[in-house]
Amino acid sequence: MSQDQELPPAHFSKSITHRNLARTVATDRADFGVLSDEPETTGPLSSVTRPSTRRSSASRSSTSRSSRRLARIISLSIVLPLLTLGLFGLCYGQKKDSCVECHSQMEGELLEPVTHSKDDIHFSRGLSCSSCHGGDPTQDDPTSAMNKGKGFVGKPAPKDIPNFCGKCHSNADFMKKFNPSLRVDQQKEYLTSVHGKLLESGDQKVATCISCHGVHGIRGVKDAQALVYPLNVADTCGKCHSNAEYMAGYSIPHDQFANYKASVHARALYERQDLSAPTCNSCHGNHGAAPPGLASVANVCGQCHVRQSELFQASVHKTAFDTMQVGECKQCHSNHKIVPPGDFMIGTAEGSVCTSCHIEGDGGYVAARQIRGMIDNLSGRMDSAMAVLGKAERAGMEVSRPKFELSDATNSLTNARVLVHSFSVDEVEKVIKPGLETADRSEKAGNAALADLTFRRKGLGVSLFFILFVAVLIYIKVRQLESRHPGAESKPN
Amino acid sequence: MNTGALIDWIDARVGLGPLAELAHKKEVPLHRHTIWYYFGGMTLFLFVVQVTTGALLLLYYRPGAESAFESIQFIMTDVQFGWLIRSIHSWSANLMIAALFVHMFSAFFTKAYRSPRELTWVSGALLLFIVLGFGFSGYLLPWNRLAFFATKVGTDIAGTVPLAGGFLLRFLRGGEDVTGATLTRFFGFHVAILPGITTVLLVVHVFLVQKHGMSTPEGIDRTRLRTMRFVPNFLLRDLIGWVLAVGVLAALAAIFPWELGEKADAFASAPAGIRPEWYFLFMFQTLKFIPAKILGVDGEVIGILAFALGGLLWVIVPFIDRIPGTRTSRVFTAAGIVVVLYIIGMTIYGYVG
Amino acid sequence: MADSENSDHKLGQTADNPNGRRRFLDFLLATSAGATLVAIFYPIFRFMSPPKTVEAAQNSVSAGKMSELPVNSGKIFKFGNKPGILVRTQSGDLRAFSAVCTHLECIVQYSSEKKQIWCACHNGQYNLNGQNIGGPPPRPLEEYVVNTHGDDIIVSKA
Repeated sequence: MSQDQELPPAHFSKSITHRNLARTVATDRADFGVLSDEPETTGPLSSVTRPSTRRSSASRSSTSRSSRRLARIISLSIVLPLLTLGLFGLCYGQKKDSCVECHSQMEGELLEPVTHSKDDIHFSRGLSCSSCHGGDPTQDDPTSAMNKGKGFVGKPAPKDIPNFCGKCHSNADFMKKFNPSLRVDQQKEYLTSVHGKLLESGDQKVATCISCHGVHGIRGVKDAQALVYPLNVADTCGKCHSNAEYMAGYSIPHDQFANYKASVHARALYERQDLSAPTCNSCHGNHGAAPPGLASVANVCGQCHVRQSELFQASVHKTAFDTMQVGECKQCHSNHKIVPPGDFMIGTAEGSVCTSCHIEGDGGYVAARQIRGMIDNLSGRMDSAMAVLGKAERAGMEVSRPKFELSDATNSLTNARVLVHSFSVDEVEKVIKPGLETADRSEKAGNAALADLTFRRKGLGVSLFFILFVAVLIYIKVRQLESRHPGAESKPN
Repeated sequence: MNTGALIDWIDARVGLGPLAELAHKKEVPLHRHTIWYYFGGMTLFLFVVQVTTGALLLLYYRPGAESAFESIQFIMTDVQFGWLIRSIHSWSANLMIAALFVHMFSAFFTKAYRSPRELTWVSGALLLFIVLGFGFSGYLLPWNRLAFFATKVGTDIAGTVPLAGGFLLRFLRGGEDVTGATLTRFFGFHVAILPGITTVLLVVHVFLVQKHGMSTPEGIDRTRLRTMRFVPNFLLRDLIGWVLAVGVLAALAAIFPWELGEKADAFASAPAGIRPEWYFLFMFQTLKFIPAKILGVDGEVIGILAFALGGLLWVIVPFIDRIPGTRTSRVFTAAGIVVVLYIIGMTIYGYVG
Repeated sequence: MADSENSDHKLGQTADNPNGRRRFLDFLLATSAGATLVAIFYPIFRFMSPPKTVEAAQNSVSAGKMSELPVNSGKIFKFGNKPGILVRTQSGDLRAFSAVCTHLECIVQYSSEKKQIWCACHNGQYNLNGQNIGGPPPRPLEEYVVNTHGDDIIVSKA
C-alpha cells in the first residue's frame, strides 16, 4: 500500500500562532535587530512546503513507481492551485507585505497603522509601511523584516520627523512620479517656521509634520476629512494652541482659536461654507507657520482686502503704525477676533478706534470726526429718501425706479467706508458726493410722487364736485321736464 | 348752431325716421321693479368705458413677455394720467361684470326671457361668457406673478375637460405651458377676437331689446301700468347713473390705484394663497370642495362638467320655463335664488376661508 | 302768470318765472356738463400726448454710445433693476455682464491694466468671458447679449 502523502489542509494565517509571535515580539521589542534563530517552521505555507519525511526508502517498490507518479501528479495538481490561491489569498492580490500581515494580528497602538492604512493617500498610491519605515516586507520573521540592516527606522523621534517625511517629499525626482505639481520645499519652509526653529533648538513639543497631517491615515489636502482641509485647519491648530496646559511654557496666548471662532471669517467659513474665507494658514502660512511681521500685516490682509490694504499703505498711518509697532490692520480690527466693522469704529465718540491714539484737537481727531460726519450724513439722507419712497409706495404710487436708483447710493456708502482707510477727508468726500446727489434725487422723486398723490386727490375732489353737480343738475332737469310735461308719463289706458 | 337744420340735412341723406320713431315711441314701464331696468344700460356704459380706456392703453401697451410688464410700469409712471386710464380700466372691468350679474339675475327673476324674448336671453347668456373671457384674458396682460399663476391654474382646469381638454389647453396657452406665446394669444383674444364677437352679439341683443320693448314682470297688473318715455326721461335718469359711475371710477382710481405687482417669473414658485378674481372665485372654491375622486372619476372633471352643464342650462332657460304661473316657473325662481345665494356664499368663503 | 316784476339779475329765483329758471338751469347744466367733459377729455388728451421718456425700459437697454466708450474700458449701466457692466475690449469687442459679484454681491469694475473684470471687495477676478478666474467668487458673471444700433449699444438678456 502506498502511502499517499496526506497533506494537511492548508492553514494559512492560523499557522502563525499567537503564542509563537507574541514570544518573538516580547523578546525582541527593545532590539529590533536581533531575531531568534528559530527554524522557519511556522510560515504559512510551511505545512505545504515542508518536505515529507514519512516515507522510508524501504517502502519504495516497483509497483509504487506508477503510484508515485500518480501521487506526484495528484499532489502537484492540488499543491499548485493551492499555492497560487494561497499567494493570492494572503497577499491581497499584490506583493507580499509582512508588515500588514503581522500588525493586523495585533492590538491597540500596533494595530492602528493597519486600520488607518485604508484612508491613507500613500497606500492608495501603491506605497506601503516599508516605503517610509524601511525594512523588508517580504520577510515573515520580524527580526528579518524589521532589520536595521535593511533600512528599518521604526518610530522616528519628533526631531527626526521632518527628515523622515522629507526623505521623499523634498525629493523632486521622486515626487514627480506621483504628483508632478506638488511642491517639494515643505521641509525647507518648515525650518523657517516658529515650529521648525523651536524643534531645532530641542523643543520636542512643537508641531511637526504628523501633528497636522496625521501619522498613518494621512489624507490628501482636498479630502474633506483631512485634518488640513480648510474647514478643519483651525481645529487642528487649536488642538495645541488652545490647550492651556500644553502651551503653559510658551509666551503666546492660547485664546486664538476661541477668538477666531467669533470672527466674520469663521462665520463665512463654517456657516456659509465659503472655502475662500481665511483660516489659520491663510495668514500664518502652512509649513512656514509664523505670525506675519508687524509691518507686514497689511500685506497679508491685503491678499483679499486689496483696496483697504493699498489705501492704508499709501496713508499716513502706515509709517506711524510701523514705528509704533502696532501691527497695522490689527490695531483697529484685531487679528483673530475680527468682528463685522461698523460706522461706530470711525469718529470720536464712544466705541471708536481712532480715540485710542488721537486726542482732542489733533489733526487725526478732527479728520476722524469729519469723516464720520460725512458717512453719517450720507447714511441719514439715504434713510430719509427711503422713508419718503416707502410712504409713496404704500400710498399706491409707482416708485420702483427711484428706489432702484437709490441703491446706487448704497454703492457710494460702501465705497466711502473703504476709503476710510485712506484716512483722508478729501478722498472720502470725493466718493460721498455722488452718493449724496443720488440720495437727494431719490428723495426728490419720492416727494414728487407724494405731491402727485396730493394732486390726484385734489383733482379727484374737483372732478367729483363737478360730477356730482352735473348729476344733481340732470336730476333737477328731469324733474323740471316732468313737471312741465305731465304727459311724459302716460297714464294707463 | 342750428341743430334742427343739421338733423334735417342728415335725415335727408341717412334717414333718421326709424330712430326718431324709437325715440318717441319707446316707453319704460313704471313699477316696483323698474330700478332693474337701469342695469342693462349701466353694463353697456361700462363696456364703452372699457373700450375707450382700452383703446387708449393700446397706444402704449406692448404685448410680449419681455415688454408687457415694463410697458405698464411705463404707463403708470411716465405717461400723463396713465395711472388714471389704467386704474379706471381695471376697476371698470370689475364694475362692469358686477353690473352684468345684476342685470342678468334681474332679467332672470323677472322672467324677462319669456316669449318672444328668448333670443335676447340667449344672446345675453353668450355675452356673459364672452365678458368672462374678456376678464380672464385681460387679467394676464400685465404679465405679473399673480396673473401668471392664475392663468396657469385656470388653463390647467380647462385641460381637465374629458376628450377635448388637451386640445383646449394648448389652444388657450398657445403651447404646453404658459409662456410669452400665451400672452400674445390672450392679447389677440382680448383686443380683437372677443370685441368682434361682442359687437355682433351686442347689436343683436340691443336690437332685440328695442324690437320687443321692455318686458314687464308677471304679477304686475298690466292694465293699470304707468309708463315713462325713454327719451328724454329714462335716458336722463340713465345719464345720472352713468355720471355717478364715472365719479365712482375716478375715486377708485385715485384712492385705490390698481397694483402692478412683480413681474412674472416662470421659474419662481407660486405665491401663497393664489386665487382668481372674484367673478371666478365661486367656481374655484367649488372645485376645491369637491372630493378628489367621485365614483372613480376625477373630482375636478365632475366639477367642470357640472359647471358646463349649468352653463348650458342657463342658456336654454327660456326654452324650459315657458309658461307663467306653473310649477316649473316657481321651481326656476327658487333655483335662481339658490344659485345667487350659492355664488355669494362661495365668493365670500373664497376670501375669508 | 304773475307780472315779471323781478329784475333780470335774479333769474331763476322767482316762482313765477319758469322760463328764466329753465334757462338758468339749462345754462348751469350746459356749463357744468361742459366742465365735466373737459375734466374727462383733458386727461385723455394728455394721455395721448407722448411723455418725456418715450419708451418703456424693457429687458433691452441702451447701455451707452460707442463714441463714448473708448477701447479697453468698461462702464456700469442699469439693466432692469440691477447693475450691469459693459466692457469694450482691447480688440474693440463689446461684452456685457451682470455687474453683481457672485461672491458677496458687491459691484465689479473693469481693470484696464489687467484687462479683466475685478471686484474691489475681496479681490475677485473675472476674465472677459465672465468666468471667475481668481479670488473668492464661486460662479461666473451672467452674460448679456450686446448689439449695436448705429452709435447706440443695446444690451439684452441672453
